[in-house]
Amino acid sequence: MINSQNIVARSATTLPAPHARDNVVEVAKLIDVSKCIGCKACQVACMEWNDLRDDVGECHGVYDNPMDLTAESWTVMRFNEVEMEAVGGSSESKDKQLSWLIRKDGCMHCAEPGCLEACPAPGAIVQYANGIVDFDSNNCIGCGYCITGCPFNIPRISEKDSKSYKCTLCSDRVNVGLEPACVKACPTNCIEFGSKKDMLARADKRVNDLKERGFEKAGIYDPAGVGGTHVMYVLHHHDEPGLYHGLPKDPRISPVVGAWKGVTKPIMSAILGITAFAGFFHYITKGPKEEPTDEEMFGEGDDHHHVSREEEHRS
Amino acid sequence: MNFKKQKTMLRYGPGTRANHWAMAGAFILLTLSGLAFFHPPFFFLSNTLGGPVWSRVLHPFIGVVLFVLFVIIAVRQLKYNLLMKNDVQWMRQMGDVLNNRDDKLPPIGKYNPGQKMVYWALILCIPVLLITGVIMWRPWFAGFFPIPLIRVASLVHALAAFIGIATIIVHVYAAIWVKGSIKAMTRGHVTHAWAKHHHPLWYEDEMKKPSQRAGDENASERDTTSHHGARHDGRTSG
Repeated sequence: MINSQNIVARSATTLPAPHARDNVVEVAKLIDVSKCIGCKACQVACMEWNDLRDDVGECHGVYDNPMDLTAESWTVMRFNEVEMEAVGGSSESKDKQLSWLIRKDGCMHCAEPGCLEACPAPGAIVQYANGIVDFDSNNCIGCGYCITGCPFNIPRISEKDSKSYKCTLCSDRVNVGLEPACVKACPTNCIEFGSKKDMLARADKRVNDLKERGFEKAGIYDPAGVGGTHVMYVLHHHDEPGLYHGLPKDPRISPVVGAWKGVTKPIMSAILGITAFAGFFHYITKGPKEEPTDEEMFGEGDDHHHVSREEEHRS
Repeated sequence: MNFKKQKTMLRYGPGTRANHWAMAGAFILLTLSGLAFFHPPFFFLSNTLGGPVWSRVLHPFIGVVLFVLFVIIAVRQLKYNLLMKNDVQWMRQMGDVLNNRDDKLPPIGKYNPGQKMVYWALILCIPVLLITGVIMWRPWFAGFFPIPLIRVASLVHALAAFIGIATIIVHVYAAIWVKGSIKAMTRGHVTHAWAKHHHPLWYEDEMKKPSQRAGDENASERDTTSHHGARHDGRTSG
């Protein structure tokens, strides 16, 4: 862990985390999908900076490689071919046009992270004041609750060490004033990095530009359901984010996870405690059911035994 | 075996006792490690199994052990846990039960309705815990299930565990409350007076068995010749 003094949220922790250096600017990575050429320089830069060496995979006949995020591939390009109405054509034109939608997938660094909400290990997931959500793998217990909590299906458990991994937004680089490795490597400036405020302004400009060019539904993907994200997309088809390899339209922490990690914890704990106390005070006020004596159950003189003996003799 | 020179009879055989206490051990370990994952204030309990990662690794295996032990005991005790005469009436008189007015209670069988509820609550919880637990089990099984299903399984696992733990708290308290019960499960025997007082119908049934009526292990030989039914008509009620 790079910095333990500006943590705003910490997994499985009910008291405030260290907050001394909160006056940090919130950062954001802006991915302008319309500018992406699918070169995968970001994937390579990510591996290089983070010293990750995923297994060399096989070609599956598509550009996606690897086919999915793994514990050692924290970002992957998702390629989708979509047939849509031609953009910019005359209104009479009903021609379909092939669109190649490429999205750099990875952790969105939610303002309200589902992984952090679900994690049972204190300090295994932290959120810094600058908005980065980071895994402290040293505290990770490998339970996979972060996978259960994440609305974007991002964290992956390593088969080698059973720890969970995902994009750190290069917290180690950002902490010393550098941009994330993927941003540095991107040849088209499709990925940009700065304060969230600046990135939103830049995205706004870009959306206006796209709209002028006929992408009327262009927009910024900064979903409010998770409190906004610190990785944002500019999408030319913002009305249908699902086109971009199933990007959720309205991501939020699942209400099931909310119920599991929210009200149930204190309520069920309290009921268990009350049950135990109720037993204790019942014992104190009402007392035990003492063992009955033979005299109580079979009368004076213990003739219960005699009855048995008599029976035996008679046989 | 005699307690205070009282005549005793077998309630739980050695197999049942061993099974029960193995289950009790497993249940306690599961509860402590499970609560650690459930709520941060209980996280320190994860040290019971040798640290949080070991808890994550061992908890599911112990769960499987508990399930197997439970299936054995549940099958063997099923016939004693079916609803029978006086059970409903006994439940209606819960006030008398809680206030120790045992002499007002109708006679019941080997298990009272409270014990039967413990049995059926666990019949409900433990298979649910097994199924949902397997769905959540990393790294072995969770990968085969869709994430929305794992979410539901996680919530249901917590709910079933909650019901199970609450049930066991009641079970443990009842054992402390009703003197003689713990000895029944540790040593296997209860006094005739205890059996007649708490479980009169079971007592009558058992008294039809020669070895039980004699009240000690050596007596079984003497009893092979005996074939009398119980003649205890209960001079005290209860």
